[in-house]
Amino acid sequence: MTDAKLLTIEGISKSYPGVKANENVSLSIGRGEVHALLGENGAGKSTLVKMIYGLVRPDEGRMTFLGRTFAPTKPSEARSTGVGMVFQHFSLFEALNVAENVALGMDNPPPQRTLAQRIREVSDGYGLPLDPNRLVGELSAGERQRVEIIRCLLQSPKLLIMDEPTSVLTPQEVEILFTTLRQLAAEGTSILYISHKLEEIRSLCDAATILRRGKVVGSCTPREKSARELAEMMVGATLTPPERAAKDLGDVALEARGLAVPSLNPFGTSLKDISFTVRKGEVLAIGGVAGNGQDELLLALSGEVRSVPGAVRIDGHNSGHLGPNERRAAGLVTGPEERLGHAAAPDMSLTENALLTGALRMGLTNNGFIDWVKTREYSEQIIKTFDVRTPGSHTAARALSGGNLQKFVIGREILQTPGVIIVNQPTWGVDAAAAAFIRQALLDRAAAGAAVVVISQDIDELLEVGDRFAALNEGRLSDPVPVKGLTVDQIGLMLGGAHGMHKAEVHHAQA
Amino acid sequence: MELGSINLVTLIATLMVAAVPIMLAALGELVVEKSGVLNLGVEGMMIMGAICGFMTAVATGSPVLGFVGGAAGGAALSLAFAFLTQSLLANQVATGLALTLFGLGLSSLLGQGYNGIKPPPTGAVPFGPLADIPVLGTILFSHDWVVYFSIAMIAAVWWVLKSTRTGLIIRAVGESHDAAHALGYKVNRIRLACILFGGALAGMGGAYVSLVRVPQWTDGITAGAGWIALAIVVFASWKPWRVLIGAYLFGGITGLQLSLQAAGSKIPVEYLSMSPYLITILVLVIMSSGRASLNAPAALGQNFHAAR
Repeated sequence: MTDAKLLTIEGISKSYPGVKANENVSLSIGRGEVHALLGENGAGKSTLVKMIYGLVRPDEGRMTFLGRTFAPTKPSEARSTGVGMVFQHFSLFEALNVAENVALGMDNPPPQRTLAQRIREVSDGYGLPLDPNRLVGELSAGERQRVEIIRCLLQSPKLLIMDEPTSVLTPQEVEILFTTLRQLAAEGTSILYISHKLEEIRSLCDAATILRRGKVVGSCTPREKSARELAEMMVGATLTPPERAAKDLGDVALEARGLAVPSLNPFGTSLKDISFTVRKGEVLAIGGVAGNGQDELLLALSGEVRSVPGAVRIDGHNSGHLGPNERRAAGLVTGPEERLGHAAAPDMSLTENALLTGALRMGLTNNGFIDWVKTREYSEQIIKTFDVRTPGSHTAARALSGGNLQKFVIGREILQTPGVIIVNQPTWGVDAAAAAFIRQALLDRAAAGAAVVVISQDIDELLEVGDRFAALNEGRLSDPVPVKGLTVDQIGLMLGGAHGMHKAEVHHAQA
Repeated sequence: MELGSINLVTLIATLMVAAVPIMLAALGELVVEKSGVLNLGVEGMMIMGAICGFMTAVATGSPVLGFVGGAAGGAALSLAFAFLTQSLLANQVATGLALTLFGLGLSSLLGQGYNGIKPPPTGAVPFGPLADIPVLGTILFSHDWVVYFSIAMIAAVWWVLKSTRTGLIIRAVGESHDAAHALGYKVNRIRLACILFGGALAGMGGAYVSLVRVPQWTDGITAGAGWIALAIVVFASWKPWRVLIGAYLFGGITGLQLSLQAAGSKIPVEYLSMSPYLITILVLVIMSSGRASLNAPAALGQNFHAAR
């Protein structure tokens, strides 16, 4: 299958101001090979594929495609040579229909009617059914990705680049995608597959090149390595599971008592009669399938949505009626799921973002005036302490990769030495090293005497950091149980809504 | 055909002429906004078109060249807008407003010495016996060529936006410049072309005011027509044929206003003058409160910079 080389890259380098994105990178991809490009966020994977696709020009080095020198200056050149790319953040237009979107990605599209017909044929042929006349804005994430894939397939590419294709898919959609990719590889199309999901790479890819900080640090056959070995090659260090000191629990720092909040939007989940307590030094892990009230719970605890005074108690004081800043003053900080737009203002600098939540607890303002010197020191302290990789504190939040921004927003809250910290999906879309770092930071904060609530859909994460576990189901919270001795079966039942016999009956009666 | 003391046939014929400047300007602005750019300088580009067209027509004696000159004048001013917003990434709203003020001042400077001069006349297109058909002849076949040109442009823009690849690319750029860039389209270049097209049409609209509607030069001759054109684009929810309807509606009100004045109506003129704007606000309220979406291009007014 891999007798002839399709694409060879030799000694490619690319620098941006302040960052060496790629340094002397070499790799080669055979025909019909599924080649993984593996690396942490910010390791230079995206820059490398952008160069292959002609969006970015390399500073040095050369590429050979089917024996000929290959130096695309624009994507259409790469496409006509036979390179197709499916983007990480979809390059789709919501107000246009599927056929129009496909046409925009082709250099010489046939008339719309012929194109619609071909979209039907190809999409059915690869088991990815699509209606060419639907507006993309109405499609699910998985269907949108199909549009991108079909767009590439219609031009029968020799090399298909897929940039983190599974980060937005459900497990079922991932299976469908993998079947398609295997079919393509069997037909002789090479695939360059970018991901940091190690199990996926092990099951799908024939070869892997590992990047770290812009350089190739190794290559291997992923099937022969364990996920842990791959992760360690990627991170360049031995990964250690978070450590936790044995600790004495203090007083109750956060209590919810019959917290009930109606949902703000028609598709949301209302919180119903939620009660729990978290002691100082304790980590409460809250699991649940997406859309069972996680966002609403975070909003109700952070103060963005208010409730009755007694429903939320911080250090024994009624706080349900307080807003976010008043709760912050009382020692409760939060890290929401959505990094860009909720946790951080995308177009503002890191320093400005540090000010936004840190002003109160860090004393960054003076009689209404901003103390910029202090603010900059604070943001640089976050960057240093939490190993945020960025050219500097003046960088816009938008310019950071997901993992780095997450380290920054979590670090920003932890450095405020809060008494209570609540995070939702703290490691969503974050690479292994950054995830381990964030979990450790949360545990360290708990060890220092804070009450921590971690809301997540990642069961492994919850079991790793949690002292007690509770499940959210349709806006109801199960009774927290100790994590120690909990089996996966029990967790599955809890997530499904069977919270002990008593509550299950109530649930059935209402359902 | 008499409405009170107003002749309906004459009114319709008048409104078709009165609608030309705002129709052309609104159509140009529609294309600009479809590409994701909000150019609030329509009034400035129109008045630059009015004076440049007037000067060219007087100098050459040809009204047709006058319209070409008007288009060039509007496009030249829009080029300044394009440079500021697309190359220097200046704020589009502020730049557009500045463009209007700049155009008003510059046109007044250029127009010194042109007061009181008559431009060469633009006659009706000779349709021969067709123009003598009662009612229809007056409404359809008694106008100058620009009236027919503006309607043809509506059809052309509609067809280009709907059915051609060029139109698809313009819509795509206005919908998501990041996605368009990722696919390899030159966002700023496409927007530049649209801005120039919008400037040229606004300039032609302005030239129509000074060469046909008034026809002479005075300072501030466009008298807010550019703002009505901007309102029509929103009123039309970015659809070309609705621009035609909007322009006739607003042109009709202008025509009605004159007829009412002539007929000695008791309704104060000021109420009619403000009615186009009131209607626009009303339409906006109705459209945004209902389920029908406003259909605005998603990237409208956002600057694009290809960082990484």
